[in-house]
Amino acid sequence: MLKKIRLTLAIIFFAAITLLFLDFTGTIRTWFGWMAKIQFLPAVLALNLGVIILLVALTLIFGRVYCSVICPMGVFQDLVSWINGRRSRKSRMRFTWSPAKNALRYGMLAIFIIALFAGAGSVVALLAPYSSYGRIVSNLFAPIWQWGNNALAFFAERLDSYAFYSTDVWLKSLPTFIIAAATFIAIVILAWRNGRTYCNTICPVGTVLGFLSRFSLFQVKIDGEKCRECSLCTRQCKASCIDYKNHSIDHSRCVSCFNCIGTCTHGAISYGSRFGAKSAKSGGAATTGNIPVGMSGNRPANTSGSGFVAGKKAAPAAEDKSRRSFLAVSAMLATAATVKAQEKKVDGGLAVIVDKKIPERATKIVPAGAVGLRNFSRHCTGCQLCVSVCPNQVLRPSAGLLTLMQPEMSYERGYCRPECVKCSEVCPAGAIRPITVEEKSSIKIGHTVWVKQNCIPLTDGVECGNCARHCPAGAILMVNSDPNDPASPKIPAVNEERCIGCGACENLCPARPFSAIYVEGHQMHSEI
Amino acid sequence: MEAKDSKNISRRDFFKKMGAAGLATAGLAACADGSKGTPGTSGAAAEGEMTYRTNPTTGDRVSLLGFGMMRLPSVGGRSAREGNEEIDQEMVNMMVDYAIEHGVNYFDTSPAYCRGLSERATGIALSRHSRDKWFIATKLSNFAPSTWTYDGAVAMYRNSMKELQVDYIDYLLLHGIGMDGMEALHNRYLDNGVLDFLLKEREAGRIRNLGFSYHGDIEVFDYLLTRHDVYKWDFVQIQLNYLDWKFAKTINPRNTNAEYLYGELSKRGIPAVIMEPLLGGRLSNVPDNIVAQLKQREPERSVASWAFRFAGSFPGVMTVLSGMTRMEHLQDNLHTYSPLDPLTEEEFAFLQDTATLMMQFDTIPCNDCKYCMPCPYGIDIPGVLLHYNKCLNEGNVPMSSGSRDYRKARRAFLVGYDRSVPRLRQASHCIGCGQCSPHCPQRIDIPAELHRIDHYVERLKQETL
Repeated sequence: MLKKIRLTLAIIFFAAITLLFLDFTGTIRTWFGWMAKIQFLPAVLALNLGVIILLVALTLIFGRVYCSVICPMGVFQDLVSWINGRRSRKSRMRFTWSPAKNALRYGMLAIFIIALFAGAGSVVALLAPYSSYGRIVSNLFAPIWQWGNNALAFFAERLDSYAFYSTDVWLKSLPTFIIAAATFIAIVILAWRNGRTYCNTICPVGTVLGFLSRFSLFQVKIDGEKCRECSLCTRQCKASCIDYKNHSIDHSRCVSCFNCIGTCTHGAISYGSRFGAKSAKSGGAATTGNIPVGMSGNRPANTSGSGFVAGKKAAPAAEDKSRRSFLAVSAMLATAATVKAQEKKVDGGLAVIVDKKIPERATKIVPAGAVGLRNFSRHCTGCQLCVSVCPNQVLRPSAGLLTLMQPEMSYERGYCRPECVKCSEVCPAGAIRPITVEEKSSIKIGHTVWVKQNCIPLTDGVECGNCARHCPAGAILMVNSDPNDPASPKIPAVNEERCIGCGACENLCPARPFSAIYVEGHQMHSEI
Repeated sequence: MEAKDSKNISRRDFFKKMGAAGLATAGLAACADGSKGTPGTSGAAAEGEMTYRTNPTTGDRVSLLGFGMMRLPSVGGRSAREGNEEIDQEMVNMMVDYAIEHGVNYFDTSPAYCRGLSERATGIALSRHSRDKWFIATKLSNFAPSTWTYDGAVAMYRNSMKELQVDYIDYLLLHGIGMDGMEALHNRYLDNGVLDFLLKEREAGRIRNLGFSYHGDIEVFDYLLTRHDVYKWDFVQIQLNYLDWKFAKTINPRNTNAEYLYGELSKRGIPAVIMEPLLGGRLSNVPDNIVAQLKQREPERSVASWAFRFAGSFPGVMTVLSGMTRMEHLQDNLHTYSPLDPLTEEEFAFLQDTATLMMQFDTIPCNDCKYCMPCPYGIDIPGVLLHYNKCLNEGNVPMSSGSRDYRKARRAFLVGYDRSVPRLRQASHCIGCGQCSPHCPQRIDIPAELHRIDHYVERLKQETL
């Protein structure tokens, strides 16, 4: 019965969260968006005290049910492990008891906390379980989902139906893709062979919750009098936490999956209050109850300390370097074709459009609601949920060493449209705080820079003004390039005070591959 | 029987009204008994005899249906959005064979059509038939300033002969007279001596008929007709259909009603060649209520057939050009003209009423001729304009968020927009350089229309309608 409840809830959570990452239309989040927000690490980073207290209380009462139900990475491992178990009884009974690898667990947790304080968002994102799963879905599963959608859109178009529209599938960041693929392979291998190895050795959330669940009110217990030491429970415990010889269970590793209860043929295993049991020690819960709350309260407060600042200083330099090398590579790969207005002699045909290239930005751009780069990199777990829902292909994981996998914005494929605040609605970690469309229209995330040598009125001698025509903030005026000649070509004059950095001008600029007007990000966002 | 008689009488009245004809209306006698009672229009081969008109100067017996080679099929099977696809020569050959087999003998091309590939494709297809079975019409399309010189223009003319694999041209036209006004006429044909050269070529017999095609500035049309005694135009190509008959000027004040154009030619006995009888498909793809009206009267005839019967009913019309992309277009048109069943006076009035009704729809008069293309900045101009027209016709251009079915219409407009035109080629990328506008035979202010549509799309997307 317990197992059935656990399974049902786990399947619901797992399916909904996976859909959340697959759904590029941003409609699923209306119903299931909260499931991302109750994930442990995002809640910690978002300083979402209510959720943290809830999860801590849940663990202190029921044990690590979070790991068995709410965490999509945990359920994903169960799924892999279950598939292996389906093959034969021998593989279902492939587990053995092993002592806890405490040095590794707490070592990883220490690294994680240090990285968090030092502002090394990439390390945080690499270790965080929910983020890892989000990356796997958005990098590996989403393309398949989208291709499937595009196939449906293809047929819908032929049936004159508007039920499906096709979407662009593109590689947003190669490093992130490689990391997601490597994580996927590693997790599958670990889960296939030994079940919950990742959760009990690497996962920082697993370690913290494991520490708490030692003192949980309800626990799985072995009745030493009934037990015949048949080893059945141990051999199918995916957490390797049952020592049948000593009738003991390592509750820091038990994820409360309740598989053992049904397996025991002697009725020796039960789930119940640890008080009243012989081995129970009282007082644990009362003292430890404060610890997690205190921890979560302190942690973000400390991040504003010197460690973070020092770490952040190195970041732009590293970022710039990697972007520069990326630019060099892409420049070599792309053909150096430029579109030049050619004399029209025949009718029809379409001019070749050269792809836009990313300009070299001194400061990266992050979405409105992020408050600033510091707040953003401090809270973002790199789960890619915002990247998955961005309908304008603006967000993509960044390549900088310290912010690897954390998203950034660029405008070669689209721009941050005024009516869209989807990223701010989905972000579970408080890296992009919820904003309204109205608020967005006055949040300045950067400013535009004009590049004279690319500007079409000057290079091609034609009228343009496409940037001014599309500026939602009305920040661009067209002025004569020669103040003394009213017939001279008109060039854009940017009123930086009104510019919000949405990138409409950069995206719609006819100059290619580099736009004649581009956006520089701001360290701190402001209101205009 | 009685009904038939009264119909014939009214038709006679109708012709009288249209103006006397210099042309024999061969095949007219056959039309009353012909197509009535034939099965559905699509796919079925026409069983009657093609209607022919006789050219008064050369005595050519020209089929009333002329094959326009401007919208040739591309390999992808589409025409409207073929982009940069190659011409499907095999299909062109098949259609030309089928057309000749069913009596079509007038083929109209230009060095500019289909990204400059139309003449060659036409030459390949026609060279497979004996030279006396067809008439070829091509044009001196010296629009680009580099071809305004005598040498440049003559080279273009000689190249046409090479591409078409012929040593004489049956019908040669000065292309697009009136676009850019008198100045262009002087630059392209008068001041450089090119027209004198063409007149000499006609004397030498390498051009059997010399004429011009007209779009735009009426001053140029009138000027060339006042010089008819000098130039002796053998034919003139004009845009005529039931919308442009009385409404061309209403649609765009810079254009002239077809009624006037036809009248001027008819007065002088100059045979008219009709282009855009269907307005690039706009008269076959009409709003639903108009489809219902037309179908109610003639359930077994296509919507397009009305437009062809309109153009073909004028006795001064030598041939009606149709840019046929698909075999079905060809079959439907053959059906309409084999033989022609001329409009009765009552039907003529009915079509004028239909035109009045259509004027209530604010469609952009784009005929998808692609003269504006390629846009140097990559915009798919006809793609954008046609999508807008399509949505207008289907009622998917909501005027406010309170409109009925606003959500559905918005989705249809926006999703359909991305399907019809890739984002990079949509109106938002139009910089307004204006290089397209002078090429538009319908004289649409293209940048203004693109910006208007883009503004509308913005409001749809931002939901600020």
